[in-house]
Amino acid sequence: MIPTEYYIFLGTGLFTIGVIGVLTRRNVLIILMSIELILNAVNINLVALSQYFKHVDGQVFAIFVITDAAAEAAVGLGLIIALFRNKETVNADEIDLLKW
Amino acid sequence: MLNFIWLIPVFPLLGAALQLFFGRRFSNRAVSAVSVGLPGLSFLWAVGCFAQFLRLSESYHHVSLYTWLPAGAFHLSNGSLVNHLDVKVGMQLDPLSCVMMLVVTGVGFLIHVYSIGYMAHEGGYYRFFGYLNLFMFSMLVLVLADNYLMMFVGWEGVGLCSYLLIGFYFLRKSASDAGIKAFIVNRIGDAAFLLGVMLLVVTFGTLDFHSITEAARSGQFPVGSGVITTICILLFIGATGKSAQIPLYVWLPDAMEGPTPVSALIHAATMVTAGVYMVARSNALYVLSPTALGLVAGIGAATAIWAASIGLVQNDIKRVLAYSTISQLGYMFLACGVGAFAAGIFHLMTHAFFKALLFLGSGSVIHALSGEQDMRKMGALWHKIPTTAKTMLVATLAISGAPLLSGFFSKDEILWQSFSSPYGNKLLWAVAVVTAGMTAFYMFRLFFLTFAGDSRVPHEVEHHIHESPSSMTVPLICLAVGAVGAGYVGWPKVLGGPNWFGKFLDPVFENPALRPALEHTWNQEFGLMLLSVAIAFVGFFFAYRWYVKQPGIADRVAAAAGAGYRLLLHKYYVDEIYDALFVNRVKDLGSALAAFDLGVVDGGVNGVGWATRMSAELSRWWDSWVIDGLVNVMAFVVKLMSWPARMVQTGLVQNYAWFITAGVMVFMLYFVFH
Repeated sequence: MIPTEYYIFLGTGLFTIGVIGVLTRRNVLIILMSIELILNAVNINLVALSQYFKHVDGQVFAIFVITDAAAEAAVGLGLIIALFRNKETVNADEIDLLKW
Repeated sequence: MLNFIWLIPVFPLLGAALQLFFGRRFSNRAVSAVSVGLPGLSFLWAVGCFAQFLRLSESYHHVSLYTWLPAGAFHLSNGSLVNHLDVKVGMQLDPLSCVMMLVVTGVGFLIHVYSIGYMAHEGGYYRFFGYLNLFMFSMLVLVLADNYLMMFVGWEGVGLCSYLLIGFYFLRKSASDAGIKAFIVNRIGDAAFLLGVMLLVVTFGTLDFHSITEAARSGQFPVGSGVITTICILLFIGATGKSAQIPLYVWLPDAMEGPTPVSALIHAATMVTAGVYMVARSNALYVLSPTALGLVAGIGAATAIWAASIGLVQNDIKRVLAYSTISQLGYMFLACGVGAFAAGIFHLMTHAFFKALLFLGSGSVIHALSGEQDMRKMGALWHKIPTTAKTMLVATLAISGAPLLSGFFSKDEILWQSFSSPYGNKLLWAVAVVTAGMTAFYMFRLFFLTFAGDSRVPHEVEHHIHESPSSMTVPLICLAVGAVGAGYVGWPKVLGGPNWFGKFLDPVFENPALRPALEHTWNQEFGLMLLSVAIAFVGFFFAYRWYVKQPGIADRVAAAAGAGYRLLLHKYYVDEIYDALFVNRVKDLGSALAAFDLGVVDGGVNGVGWATRMSAELSRWWDSWVIDGLVNVMAFVVKLMSWPARMVQTGLVQNYAWFITAGVMVFMLYFVFH
């Protein structure tokens, strides 16, 4: 049986990769994929801790997160398409309309 | 019928209203029917009223229609209080207004008939008849009015119609200029007339002819009273304007620019005699002022000979007649001025016939010659337009004073009165007699140049010559009958007649203040009559010799006279002198006032405008630099201070994500190391 710490480390690693991806990559599509990584890191934590505590709530929560991620991907991709139509770019540095 | 005398002026007024409001839609035939029919109706009505008037016992009839101007209490110039002054619209019929009414409606109607033919091919047919009817209305108001103010309404009305009709061909500059000249010259006289009327109000407290006459005859004003003299002179200045006397006669020759029936009706038969009528109407006042009578007689005689001398050499057929009219009006004023008002009115009546006839005849000649008015381009028309020629001959004889025609009776009455009246003297008589000779000369000169001798008509006009239509010749014949017969109503006592005309007018002119005529012998009067006939014959003889017997001699005489001839041909340069003395001075005054207006009045307004603009400019500068400046400075300071805060808001999502992450890290580090 694999000790729970390993899962936590895996989750932490995935989360760190995801956060670094969100902060450093300029392509909005990749930022979206990085967010998926963060969500899945959370999922791994939830499932691992559910198994550790012998409690099923964590797994149910993971299912919700997966659903949520699917919906979020659909909305996110839609936003990217709308953005591209207007700005003809998916570079996050060029999207600064909310400036002063 | 007598209570409806107001219908006499109302008929033509109706015609004028119809023509001027709706005339454009009528056919010429309908226009003639309405506008000639209504004056005809008013003539018939006038004849009916006259017939009834003759049967009245007191030879005065008065109809009061309504109160026109009710005025309050005021003080007379002598201090007494008048409780109220009501100027009424009323009409009075007395022998004098009867004569005027019949002359105006009768001659006026004939001239209306004549105009049907004369104006047939002219534009503005309905307009012409509308003005003509309006004139008839005004003239009838003038002669039927029972007070000075209503008379003044008619007086101004005829002036207006005269102006409109002189300028009838308003596209021609000379015609519109002549209309304006007539209007302005008349206005000078009218101003004096109005002043006279005002003085009448403050002197008598009333404007009724009847009351003023009563007051004047009652003896409350002594003969020679200053205020009466002033009134008379002011009224007479009005008359000199309307009746074309020295010094205001200059408009009448120019008035010949109007259509010929207008010259006949307004500038010969009726309107220009309004001044004579007014002086005769005010006879009770004039006899109280020997000064004013002397002035009237002097001006009348001077005008008579002055205008006659100009008429001797004029070449335009209508201008000769215009000067002749001025001269004959001078005769009428001479008669009034020597106290022989009846003789003046008698001459007014006979003159209306023969002068209207002369004008209409000359219109017929002009019509036949396709508009030619220069007598140097006429001649030998006797057989070509026989009716016109014969009627013209009758009128020429009448005006020259040929025995037993109307002009003979009236003119001799005037000559005799100016000789024998206590107000007259031999100088006035001599002037009048010389004028009579001149009259005979220039009238026969006109007649011979037009109808006798060799034809000087240009060839292209020659074959168009035709006698006028019957609508023109019938009035000529009617007037010729009048020119022969009108004198017989005043058949003088010296020739064994009753002088019915003089007796008829007696109720108006019998006057205690009028000095009785000097005793004179029958021989004297008859001798003077023969003398005036002889003088007239001399005039005729010279005209015959110079223009028929030996044509060409006239030119030699003119050349011999040299400067004198040119002086007459240029009408004594009176127009030029008036231009230099008055007209141009008034124009200068106008220019000076215009310059004042532009420089000072407009300058002041413009200066205020400039000052306003400058202060606005200043205010704008203050606004944009100081007020706006303060606001802008404050905004700038805020902008400057917001700079650090603004730098944080990049709009880039990833920057915000960095802030979040950094914040989380800070919190985590705090919790880990705390």
